Amino acid sequence: MKTQPFPIEQIRQDFPILRQSVHGRPLVYLDSAATSQKPRAVIDTLVRYYEEENANIHRGIHTLSELATADYEAARRKIAAFIHAPDPRNVIFVKGTTEAINLVATSYGRAFVGDGDEILISAMEHHSNIVPWQLLCEQVGAKLRVIPITDDGELVIEEYQRLLNPRTKMVALVHVSNVLGTVNPVKQMIEMAHAEGIPVLLDGAQAVPHVRVDVQDLDCDFYAFSGHKLFGPTGTGILFGKEKWLDSMPPYQGGGDMISTVTFEKTTYNALPYKFEAGTPNIAGNIGLGAAIDYVEGVGLEAAGAYEHDLLVCATEALQAIPGLRIIGNAKEKTGVISFVLDGIHAHDVGTILDTHGVAIRAGHHCAMPLMARYGLAATARASFAFYNTRDEIAVLVKAIDEAKEVFS
Amino acid sequence: MSDLRELYQQVILDHNKSPRNFRKLDSANRMAEGHNPLCGDEVTVYVELVDDVINEIAFQGHGCAISKASASMMTAGLKGKTIQEAEALFTEVRQMVTGEGDQPNADLLGRLTALSGVREFPNRVKCATLPWHTMRGALKGEKDVVFDE
Repeated sequence: MKTQPFPIEQIRQDFPILRQSVHGRPLVYLDSAATSQKPRAVIDTLVRYYEEENANIHRGIHTLSELATADYEAARRKIAAFIHAPDPRNVIFVKGTTEAINLVATSYGRAFVGDGDEILISAMEHHSNIVPWQLLCEQVGAKLRVIPITDDGELVIEEYQRLLNPRTKMVALVHVSNVLGTVNPVKQMIEMAHAEGIPVLLDGAQAVPHVRVDVQDLDCDFYAFSGHKLFGPTGTGILFGKEKWLDSMPPYQGGGDMISTVTFEKTTYNALPYKFEAGTPNIAGNIGLGAAIDYVEGVGLEAAGAYEHDLLVCATEALQAIPGLRIIGNAKEKTGVISFVLDGIHAHDVGTILDTHGVAIRAGHHCAMPLMARYGLAATARASFAFYNTRDEIAVLVKAIDEAKEVFS
Repeated sequence: MSDLRELYQQVILDHNKSPRNFRKLDSANRMAEGHNPLCGDEVTVYVELVDDVINEIAFQGHGCAISKASASMMTAGLKGKTIQEAEALFTEVRQMVTGEGDQPNADLLGRLTALSGVREFPNRVKCATLPWHTMRGALKGEKDVVFDE
């Protein structure tokens, strides 16, 4: 398998949207870090679900409800296997990474964080792994501390060690940076936190689509990720949690499905994972996420990762050769994310000009304003790759950047 | 591609490169900070208002070529205008860049017609209008204008 060339043409056929034209040019989609495109298998799963088995789950005794429940729980088992969770009970369906982190900040925070305690995050976090902890800190009088980074975009591990202390109640850390592409040494950092008895949450939104994640090998306490960046539907996401924490945390939201019995005097909660899944969930979406995982496993995450690394190397060389272009984020370990700035041209103008070439990139602060401030920037342009991109598309990107420079010359 | 040339007209590129009235105005008696939380653009507009006349106007901040050029041309166009005239000009600019409402009044707009290319790029309209919303905020005595329409 590994000796065979990567079947890029066949893979591109699997993504209907890649046949689109934008401004009369073939779409060059380089914004997969914002959201990935969806393969036909996922789209078909959504249609089939709504056409053939749409019903509410966990409550009906009729046939459709049984079918929907079976597919829903089968998706949970697939996801558990995909991240090597010990049991499907550790896998909670949420809306996305943001909700997963809010769930932990709220429920874990309520049970375990108090006045004078500390939450440790890093300088390269997405707003979704900053603001929920800030809200918690404000409520309970805790303090947010921040692990600094180097100019190349790597965490300063000695500073991390120094910041860990008996008041630290949680380390919440991004696995792969959405701006810099940095893959953080999370396994080592988890060991360091555990040596002090501190649990660790990983924001895996940018990691799961590109690197193999084994939550037991990492030994992380929580792992959060989004389905829509993993070639699945929007509005899907996963929180993995160790049972010892999930059992000792209060529910996040109250409602149907999360209860065992309800009286006006007292409610008892459902077992894991349902205790954290109040209300009718995104049934179709989560079943679609299961289909996305089947698809990714079919492509082979390792083969895809190697192919994407080749694209990253090719694109980095090509962009570095452009005079006046500076890449932000030069960590040794990176996934296919390249943030850059161009002398004298604002990222939004780059984005608009690239769009007229059919090239879709992200421009702005990437929901990481403190990180932008760290580099003294208001915005960057960001090209991000998935295994459906090609070297030819990188050539189109380079040509479009040349055009942007010409417009502004 | 012609849309692109229409958007990035020479006047726009010139104002982007050498923005007019790009400074802090010490004599200002009105000031507002505008920012677009979606893209991070920030602009501070300073106005020295004498009775209801804009005697001096200047700006600072960072943003894309469209927002910078729009702010620069706005300050050039509003000097000596009354609050009512500034309001009328804002309405014209907004109609021009959104393509909504009446045909823009080219006489009133003058050089600001260079912003007309924005119309073809709906996701850039807010870049062009942020300085104008901030200016209106300053005239109304608001300090902080958050704008992401």
